[in-house]
Amino acid sequence: MMTAARPTLSSVSIAITGSGGSGVMTAGEILLEAAALAGFYGLMGRTSGPQIRGGEAAALLRLSDAPVEGYGDGFDLLIAVDWAGLERFAAEIPLAAQSLIAGDSSLGEPPQSMAAPGARRFDLPLKAIAKTIPAGRPNMVALGFAAALLGLADGALEAAARRSFAAESDRLAPSVAAIAAGRLAAAAVEGPWKLPLATPRFGERWLLTGNEAAGFGALKGGVRFVAGYPITPATEMLEWMSPAIAEIGGTLMQAEDELAAINMAIGASYGGVPALAATSGPGFSLMTESLGLAVAAEVPVVVVDVMRSGPSTGIPTKSEQADLNIALYGLHGDAPHIVVAPNSVADCLLTTEWAVKLAEALQVPAVVLCDQLMGQTRMVVERPPETTFAGERRFASANGEAYRRYALTPSGVSPMAIPGMPGLMYTADGLEHSERGTPSSQAKDHAAQLDKRQNKIESVDFGPHWAMIEGEGEIAVLTWGSCTAPAREAIARAKSLGLAVKLVSLRLMSPAPRERLAAALAGTRRVLVVEQTHSGQFARYLRAEHAFDAELRSLSRPGPLPLRPGDILDALMRWSRR
Amino acid sequence: MNAPSAIVLAAKDFKSDTKPVWCPGCGDFGVLTSLARALADLSLRSEEVVLVSGIGCSSRLPAYTTCYGFHGVHGRALPLATGLKIARPDLTVIALGGDGDGYSIGGNHFLHACRRNVDLTYIVMDNHVYGMTKGQASPTTEPDWDNPLTPGGIGVRPFQPLVIALASGANFVARAFSGNIVGSAEIIAEAIRTPGFAFVEILSPCVTYRPEQRQWKELVRPAPVGATDDPARAARRILTDDGFNLGVLYCGSRKPYQPQTVREKKTLEDVAREFRL
Repeated sequence: MMTAARPTLSSVSIAITGSGGSGVMTAGEILLEAAALAGFYGLMGRTSGPQIRGGEAAALLRLSDAPVEGYGDGFDLLIAVDWAGLERFAAEIPLAAQSLIAGDSSLGEPPQSMAAPGARRFDLPLKAIAKTIPAGRPNMVALGFAAALLGLADGALEAAARRSFAAESDRLAPSVAAIAAGRLAAAAVEGPWKLPLATPRFGERWLLTGNEAAGFGALKGGVRFVAGYPITPATEMLEWMSPAIAEIGGTLMQAEDELAAINMAIGASYGGVPALAATSGPGFSLMTESLGLAVAAEVPVVVVDVMRSGPSTGIPTKSEQADLNIALYGLHGDAPHIVVAPNSVADCLLTTEWAVKLAEALQVPAVVLCDQLMGQTRMVVERPPETTFAGERRFASANGEAYRRYALTPSGVSPMAIPGMPGLMYTADGLEHSERGTPSSQAKDHAAQLDKRQNKIESVDFGPHWAMIEGEGEIAVLTWGSCTAPAREAIARAKSLGLAVKLVSLRLMSPAPRERLAAALAGTRRVLVVEQTHSGQFARYLRAEHAFDAELRSLSRPGPLPLRPGDILDALMRWSRR
Repeated sequence: MNAPSAIVLAAKDFKSDTKPVWCPGCGDFGVLTSLARALADLSLRSEEVVLVSGIGCSSRLPAYTTCYGFHGVHGRALPLATGLKIARPDLTVIALGGDGDGYSIGGNHFLHACRRNVDLTYIVMDNHVYGMTKGQASPTTEPDWDNPLTPGGIGVRPFQPLVIALASGANFVARAFSGNIVGSAEIIAEAIRTPGFAFVEILSPCVTYRPEQRQWKELVRPAPVGATDDPARAARRILTDDGFNLGVLYCGSRKPYQPQTVREKKTLEDVAREFRL
């Protein structure tokens, strides 16, 4: 999705922090939308403690006149609405000597751990300023302050505030007044944070999160039934889909648990309606038994796993890529299925749509591995291009012969009957079965059906979407998911330092695209494998499923800290000098 | 329920030629016959009926019919049937299985299916034992029933499925006996006809692991009074009987669950508009 690659990104990164309920997310979203309306690009991620109210929360923004898809190395501005729990973000909000920390000294002092050497401190009396405005709130003062430092025009900010408070019009006037007061307070600060003039934009641009993009992609792919159980950070995908799917004539069910959710989806799909379930790691764990059922009974179904830090409850609000193993290997028995992963917020749309098409065409479950970082990050993107995917479900038609639901066809895909069709009645079964679908414990039926289910997904042409490949070089970064954006940025910086690096971001994980990956890396001597897990799950998968002529090295870090462009650049430069 | 068909099928037309795995004398043969008879009496077409089951002896039933079937994983027949019925309201969807499948591993779904009151029929063939795993205590087994897994008995109070169903909001609650083909067929037909979640508990003896259940045919009797529409009264009757009163015990008039429907459908482009800057 990246356009106009530049050697370095001129961008400004802003963290707005405060206790949960202090409105930092609202302030951040208005700031992002204002920048977007003014013609800029940008993103806003969210990080928070587990509390609903009173814990710590941070809106993490990055704005630029060129597209940005991931965080930078650090933050230029830290604006604290209050100091509550801020020290817990010390590692997630790295500051530099040129950074500015603005906050209210009447509420305390920034924690020692945040004070980068030389970072400037500016006393911003948010509380006192807010008090001068009836119903004025400190978060809106902070918003005005940030907007002024960035040089954002009044009109864009007011338009964004108007959109944000459309449902609560009584909050608009005090917010506009508080924003103006924040702007005034910024007059005393000199800094290098002004965004350059935005280039006029002609194409249609969208502002959306990965969760929304995945939901929309599912609808585009034809999903008309969704089941889910609330779980962070996938809930927003379900909440976005609930009214949207009803409006286009589908249904979303809130299930009693994830065991029910996946079975509801399988039931709907068996009835001929393309179906999806959305969840995160703990819920995905509960779904795995029934995903095996969908493999054996050959029922198309899509599961979106918006990954968070694990194992167990882990860190529900923060990102990690460590569900790769369970998605690939978590089903018992030999259970071939599809695993795909989007590589950006916008790509959540394409990849989920693709997953629906693959599941439907191959009559198999498809898992989409998204993560909290993409799922909950709101981003300005070019309208994603329309992509046409081959793949529809093949339906059976009665021909007077006994229907063989699991007939051994050359492609491995057997035409599927749907309840209501006369003359084709069969029982879908998780028991091993004959071609007719009748239960069988005979070796020959087991072997034939195992071969069939494997062949149907291994013999299909997955087309050009199996990976995203950019650039050329003797050294390559091989990565996936939300590590793609920082890898791309690191590669752009390496280029400016004279080092050519190829980027391969894998979208199709299972079945492993062995020949294609080998061809893509032909001539590459070194491959840096970049991922956000503790144990190097992606590197282990690559070593197990693929063959490499090149030397592999792993750069792996668990959540919640994202891989930053600088981390990847350092690893590349160190290795290239050896 | 579907509109009656023009072609009238007989009970035998609903039975497939697949030979059941059940032991000779198993109560589930009777349930299969009663179900086939009920479907014939309702003049349903076999392609418009779907039987959804979990795992266990009784859950093998769908393949023994000429209807569409789904033999899924242990305990999850109800959510699968729910998703199917919501997606395809034109179909007649019947979930079925045993006491272990429905009350133990699938117990949570039983509660929520009753609450949700989707227009489904749920038939539980209750034999107070796990038969397929060769004789362990189920949620309805007497606490002192000796068995290899829990010698001397499991020591746990049996589950009261009919009262639980009432408390959870099932719209129709009945008890039947597998040995009474005509009576069970009538109850199943009435369950299918009744809108909302209709729960039919069928006493279905396991002659292999619970041979004493052969006596059930002497113990069962029609309930002394007819169905009530008062759940409190029904619950009191069920809690105070000996578990052998047969018939429809409760029939309410709760509106079945229907997902919200939108009159004017939007296009995907309409939906995408909200993303535009």
